[in-house]
Amino acid sequence: MALQYVGLDDINGSLVALDHVKNASNEEMVEFVLKDGSKRTGRIAQIEGERCVIEVFEGTRGLSLDNTRTRLLGEPMQLSLSMEMLGRVFNGVGEPIDGLGDLYAEKSADINGQPLNPVSRVYPQNYINTGISSIDCLTTLIRGQKLPIFSGSGLPHNELAVQIVKNAKVANDDQGFAVVFAAMGVTHDVANYFRRSFEEAGVMDRTVLFLNLSDDPIVERTLTPRCALTAAEYLAFEHNMHVLVVYTDITSYCEALREFSSSKGEIPGRKGYPGYLYSDLASLYERAGISKYAKGSVTQIPILTMPNNDITHPVPDLTGYITEGQIRLSPDLNSRGIYPPVDVLPSLSRLMKDGIGEGFTRADHQDCANQLFACYAHVQDVKSLTAVIGEDELSETDKKYMEFGRLFEQYFLNQGEDNRSIEETLNLGWNLLSVLPKNALDRVDNKVLDQFYDHEKAVETFGLQEDHIIKELQK
Amino acid sequence: MKDVVYSINGPVVTVRHTKTFSMQEMVYVGNKRLMGEVISVNDEKTTIQVYESTTGLMPGEPVYSTGQPISVTLGPGILRNIFDGVERPLEEIAKQAGAFIPNGAHVAPLDEEKLWDVTLKVKDGDQVAGGDIYATIPETDLIEHRLMIPPTMNGTIKNVQPNGQYKLEDTIATLVTDEGKEVALKLYQKWPIKQARPVNKRLPISMPLVTGQRVIDTLFPIAKGGAAAIPGGFGTGKTMTQHQLAKWCDADIIVYVGCGERGNEMTQVLEEFRELVDPKSNKPLVDRTVLIANTSNMPVAAREASIYTGVTLAEYYRDMGYHVAIMADSTSRWAEALREISGRLEEMPAEEGFPAYLPSRLSQFYERAGYMENLNGSKGSVSIIGAVSPAGGDFSEPVTQNTKRFVRTFWALDKALAYARHYFAINWNQSYSEYIPDLTRWYNKNVGPKFMQDRQELKSILAEETRLQEIVQLMGEDVLPDDQKLTMQVARVVRVGYLQQNAFHPDDTYVPLEKQLDMMEVICYLNKKCKDVIAEGKPIRALIETGIFDDVVKMKYDVPNAHLEMFDDYYKKIDAACASID
Repeated sequence: MALQYVGLDDINGSLVALDHVKNASNEEMVEFVLKDGSKRTGRIAQIEGERCVIEVFEGTRGLSLDNTRTRLLGEPMQLSLSMEMLGRVFNGVGEPIDGLGDLYAEKSADINGQPLNPVSRVYPQNYINTGISSIDCLTTLIRGQKLPIFSGSGLPHNELAVQIVKNAKVANDDQGFAVVFAAMGVTHDVANYFRRSFEEAGVMDRTVLFLNLSDDPIVERTLTPRCALTAAEYLAFEHNMHVLVVYTDITSYCEALREFSSSKGEIPGRKGYPGYLYSDLASLYERAGISKYAKGSVTQIPILTMPNNDITHPVPDLTGYITEGQIRLSPDLNSRGIYPPVDVLPSLSRLMKDGIGEGFTRADHQDCANQLFACYAHVQDVKSLTAVIGEDELSETDKKYMEFGRLFEQYFLNQGEDNRSIEETLNLGWNLLSVLPKNALDRVDNKVLDQFYDHEKAVETFGLQEDHIIKELQK
Repeated sequence: MKDVVYSINGPVVTVRHTKTFSMQEMVYVGNKRLMGEVISVNDEKTTIQVYESTTGLMPGEPVYSTGQPISVTLGPGILRNIFDGVERPLEEIAKQAGAFIPNGAHVAPLDEEKLWDVTLKVKDGDQVAGGDIYATIPETDLIEHRLMIPPTMNGTIKNVQPNGQYKLEDTIATLVTDEGKEVALKLYQKWPIKQARPVNKRLPISMPLVTGQRVIDTLFPIAKGGAAAIPGGFGTGKTMTQHQLAKWCDADIIVYVGCGERGNEMTQVLEEFRELVDPKSNKPLVDRTVLIANTSNMPVAAREASIYTGVTLAEYYRDMGYHVAIMADSTSRWAEALREISGRLEEMPAEEGFPAYLPSRLSQFYERAGYMENLNGSKGSVSIIGAVSPAGGDFSEPVTQNTKRFVRTFWALDKALAYARHYFAINWNQSYSEYIPDLTRWYNKNVGPKFMQDRQELKSILAEETRLQEIVQLMGEDVLPDDQKLTMQVARVVRVGYLQQNAFHPDDTYVPLEKQLDMMEVICYLNKKCKDVIAEGKPIRALIETGIFDDVVKMKYDVPNAHLEMFDDYYKKIDAACASID
């Protein structure tokens, strides 16, 4: 019978202190039993001699200094793992909440994980097809990458997340593909939306769901992504699956961390977030990767809502420094009814250059992406010029660019619920580029242009009114 | 009385009522013997920061004193290696523990079993002083490792062993110090990482660190023995710039410190450097490189140490007479590690929560750069290139501002340039190099006096463009008179044709100084000739239509590094273009 401690010495927010504890170890799990027999769990956050400060996961409501018995469990927080996790729904600390009973654990692992040795990593070099043109073509998601979605309030990031989970697939998929989805601090409606969408799309059997709702205790929220990543690492490194981890919303996670830090009385850093926010976020994001010792991979798509759409806010800022690129959503495109509203210019995938092209996607991918980028960037210049001098005063070439910009947004970005293959996406890209005069496509070799440039086809596809002046100019 | 752990708060551990420990001493904490360092001592408690995760540590576990400050082992086998922040070889850890880094991994820093070909340089009875070379070892195909008497010792040599193969721990000679103490000379020595290795004297800065990157070599050069900072928000290309410099700069040895950065990036460096070949020697770049990787998810205290470990290794090779460049990516993560530890110690914070001693720590680090005359009379340098990751891309934050005070070259990376895919995204208005006066003589002598003149002309063109841009943004380019439109055109040639450089192009990734000069000459000639044409009242539109500006922009790709004579054609082309307008 393990030793039980009666009563507590201090209760403050979600932290309690217990004195005269023997043999406590740092970050060890503890269990509280209340008078009415209900149980809560917690973790030791700080030890000073025989005094322990303990974080209580389910909150301290109803705890008093003398109605509690505390028992040390002797080990750090562990998550039970098994292949049966696929298709199941768990709460924020990894307990099943779908009514299907407990998991028969094959093994259990410390949810904090251990850092992947840089020499044991394999540099990520193959891609994941999301079926979304703007992502697949312009900010390709690479296996083993961490590529966050920077969103804002009112933007359809949840819909986008569901669409990615539904459509995502890997090429030569012989090892199996799984999705681990973690919701942190989402509302009940949103949680139901995720669950229902996955069930309707029939992808539940390859998905593990962790749900921490917005009224669940904040301490649990700080554990949710760690549980999800532990599950992902297990599937990837023990069972050689390609695992895509989608978690939302990092901003609520960071707010939980801030709340928790201030109740511990820590010295705050920028905007009141704890000084170790960077290290803490890194301990999540860096768990993406591929190991030499297994065939699987962990890829992450964290979703965060930028408060006030401000990219310099500490949460997106620190995230951007750790992750390998970002996909940014634009309120402007969204208000114009374009879905998914991916703002392609500030979006970036750092690992893209090594994971596309011959053997992965298609040989012309890089050319197509570069040229689309360059042309769409020029469209923005023309747009700002239009604001000054009006569209009528534009040169004929610039008018073509405006047309290209409209078509690009209408056809390429605004794809709705379609699931496009990489070939469809690239062909559409070339087709759109063919709207422009051939000599405007200066980022591409002529050899590639000869193969893909087809102005007549573009005119036909998009029902363009051919301008005679342009034709004359081209002669 | 045994010293035991009293309190634990993240990586900070205290021991009560003990006088065993001294400041900055290395200690082993707990049953797993986690590595730690003493950071404060008073009669009530001793505070230790632990370089590994403290999960599972219990009060009452023992703390072992080592009596030594935290040190690195210096000897053959450093090059080609990849270490963590406290000089543990990651390859060895992977062999022992597999994919993940466990707690309390104990591995020797350098391979103790490998046999090295040692050539002794001393004989019995020789009088030697600190820094003198007693043996050499071909460490890699590129670098000869020179074993030196530890800096603080001098005396007489005896028991010199014959040349041959020895292991790290073998004694190859004995030093009898002037105090009569016998010291075994092995293939390594130890040195505390927070203490600069002594030198005879600092020499004046006189040579540039040639990088083959136009915007750096031409506009904002860094000297051998100098210090530079690269600040920039995320996605502006700090890491790409560091990689390019590590690949191409003409230092003998590169120390690359990945401090709190991405794991996949370190893997990329590792893989790339094994494949890439040094253009001068045709040997793999990894032969002159040592990597120190403390990725962002590795323990935060070791992140603080990684910078010092890197610079100590650099100084060791400098003492052998080499030019060493150290890339630290990123010093902001290191500063944040200081902040984090400081917060745990409940110290009074200064600006933005950083400790008040941030500037002095930064200066201690950057001042370890320099062009030195070593104790053994040889000359060597340590150049420091530190990336800075300012929060929100705002250069007014404390790390950037304090770094600016201690570095003399400042490469400000610009988000707008990076979004336009203009790499290197070094903003020519905000960047500067204070080394220009020191280096002018070298450029005049080795590249030619025209280099500095042309550089000045390019800078004036860019400055003029910046001024004109303000007008253009208000009223459109059409309102400018033709001579100012010409300046805009030439400035575009400078920006796109000269400053922008393609790291993935086989020729453009490294451009020798001769080619840089030739390119500038062509641009200046273009500027002069076109000015004449405009002065004659001919329209700029006609000049643009000849396509000469685009031709000159593309010369960086069209002229291979091996065929610089092809630049002669450009003068003819420019003449022809100007003559064709009537």
